[in-house]
Amino acid sequence: MNATARHADLAAAGVHPFPHRHLLGVAELKPWEALYLLDEAESWIEIGRGREKHDDRLRGLTVINAFFENSTRTLLSFEIAGKRLGADVVNMTVGQSSVKKGETLLDTALTLNAMHPDAIVIRHQAAGAVQLIAEKVDCPVLNAGDGRHEHPTQALLDALTIRRRKGRIEGLTVAICGDILHSRVARSNFQLLGSLGAHVRAVAPPTLIGTDVDRMGVEVFTSMDEGLDGADVVMMLRLQRERMTGGYVPSPREYFHFYGLTAARLAKAKPDVLVMHPGPMNRGVEIDTAVADDIARSAITEQVEMGVAVRMACLDVLTRSRRGVAGW
Amino acid sequence: MVSVLAFTNAANLGTLVVRDRLIESIGGTAPADAKVIDCGGKHLAPGLIDAGVFAADAAACLAGGITRVVLMPDRSPPLDDPALIEFAQRIGKPDVWVHPLAAATRGLLGVELAEIGLCAEAGAVGCATGRAGINDSGVMHRLLQYARGFDLVVVVHAEDDGLTGDAVATEGEFATRMGLPAAPAFAEALRVARDLRLAEATGCKLHIRQVTTAESIGLVRDAKARGVAVTCGVTPAYFLLGEQSVTGYRTFARLSPPLRHDDDRRAVIEGLADGTIDVIASGHDPRTQEDKRLPFADAAPGATGAETLLALALTLTNEGIGREIVLAAMTSAPARIFGLPGGHLTAGAPADLIVYDPGAPWRIDADASVASAGNTPFDGMAVQGRVAMTVKGGDIVWSS
Repeated sequence: MNATARHADLAAAGVHPFPHRHLLGVAELKPWEALYLLDEAESWIEIGRGREKHDDRLRGLTVINAFFENSTRTLLSFEIAGKRLGADVVNMTVGQSSVKKGETLLDTALTLNAMHPDAIVIRHQAAGAVQLIAEKVDCPVLNAGDGRHEHPTQALLDALTIRRRKGRIEGLTVAICGDILHSRVARSNFQLLGSLGAHVRAVAPPTLIGTDVDRMGVEVFTSMDEGLDGADVVMMLRLQRERMTGGYVPSPREYFHFYGLTAARLAKAKPDVLVMHPGPMNRGVEIDTAVADDIARSAITEQVEMGVAVRMACLDVLTRSRRGVAGW
Repeated sequence: MVSVLAFTNAANLGTLVVRDRLIESIGGTAPADAKVIDCGGKHLAPGLIDAGVFAADAAACLAGGITRVVLMPDRSPPLDDPALIEFAQRIGKPDVWVHPLAAATRGLLGVELAEIGLCAEAGAVGCATGRAGINDSGVMHRLLQYARGFDLVVVVHAEDDGLTGDAVATEGEFATRMGLPAAPAFAEALRVARDLRLAEATGCKLHIRQVTTAESIGLVRDAKARGVAVTCGVTPAYFLLGEQSVTGYRTFARLSPPLRHDDDRRAVIEGLADGTIDVIASGHDPRTQEDKRLPFADAAPGATGAETLLALALTLTNEGIGREIVLAAMTSAPARIFGLPGGHLTAGAPADLIVYDPGAPWRIDADASVASAGNTPFDGMAVQGRVAMTVKGGDIVWSS
């Protein structure tokens, strides 16, 4: 069902398809609200593939990308999304060390607000920082990743990728593997894919699982072979360099030996398994090059493409009220 | 050619038949094609499994009836790499099975996890913190979490380094009179309590190599009752000797942990009697004269023990502990904890055996020791119980 038809159905039932002012996390989204964003994103994929990549419906609006934590691909993805919609996009990157205390962050929020942006996209190294800013500004705020907490647009783009490749999300078995403990991508995906009806597994060494992950509705495995058994989708997570040696796992070679995704290990999953990774990849640490580059099964570059479409959809939907779109 | 041995006339079980390196039957008759070995009324027992030696000292092991040793990772370099584990398994051949423990942390420094998963694949039967413990509770927590994923037992040395510092004796009147740097006995209980709590939280199997104080034995007893996956061991020094053994600054009695008060010694015996303490090990740690002929506080801790393990352990029968319990602490218990073959006299088990006389009297003589060094605190002690023959994998590898 496409977005327009779903919107019409929801409107007929007296339900607003997206009643949120901000996008702070997937935890706040009802399943149909997430599906509405996915449906909206579908329409932006073709525009991205065409020669004229402009829509300009956000012309005259200012979008600030305030990134307090280093990022290349997410920042670029939001920047392209905003520009394709015709907005004036301003990137503000702040070094990790310069803004850490809550009070300073609030000052920053007030400063940003005084510039009258129409949307602010925020990445911050502290869980909850995006919500703190959202409470102090007048415009929609999009969470581009806050600490270990949430990365909602990543989860949405992952869901969109899965839905397009597999035709559905409900009933699929999705194994999310690697550094679950430090991953906001994993947390958002547990909730979103779970709410959309997937059977979600968390697969990691016990040092990288996190406490009570099973209470998030996922099945926990510490063995890759068991965790991949019969999976429709395998989503690998990046093992960060500082966690590779001695701290959480003994070494990259031991991690790859037991938790790296190789073709042999992938054979435990279903034959038509879809391989995903939020990037950037550590080849030879969490994923073997042959698997990462297997165009039949790997959706890793497609995820990047879906990212722009999802972010365009989010910027469009969240600014409709300010733009005076009927019914919003 | 298939080899067949028949051990006949054993006091405890009659005839035991070994075929092709495995025990075939017990209590039957000798097959016609068997080479008969008359035990002469002595006893048969499984070959001893020495859980936690620092040197695979084959001569001492075979004389002591030890057919398998669990080797500590404190070597140079420490056993923190799969290649080193593979090498370590070969160092006892052909006389003794060597089952190495992987270093739990890189270089045994207590900072970074070592490749214990790869080491386990290479043959490590567990991982160990070595002579020292791990001070950082965060590192210890992650170690136990990680090891649990591989179902690996983590062997720990339990003393709080912050309290022990450079201590060489147990705090008390005796140490004060001797003028020795001393640490409180609760330095052990403090570390035991932490490690038990972390093992409980992670579900990891924990083996405390030596519990030597009443308080820490009580902690283990309570933890076992709660279902914590903990086992523990002790060496004979802690149920036979007390702190007074260092009188005259005898460096052969310089051990780690240091010898304890007499009430702690009694608690060790109680712990063995009620099963709180699972394992009796030799802690075999040959030290050179250069290591021991030093002022007490400067001497290296450690003692030999492989050769004397059986006789010293059997002294516990004088305390009312059954011989079966004593033998189990050196055979089936370590086999169970480290997942080793052997440790049982049952059909199908490897033919690792000893023939021994539980009543044979002898006097421990450091000068007559076959160990690579003679640093025993039991020199001159009269004991009973002596190994007459050691059989490893169906081969008679030593006889008196």
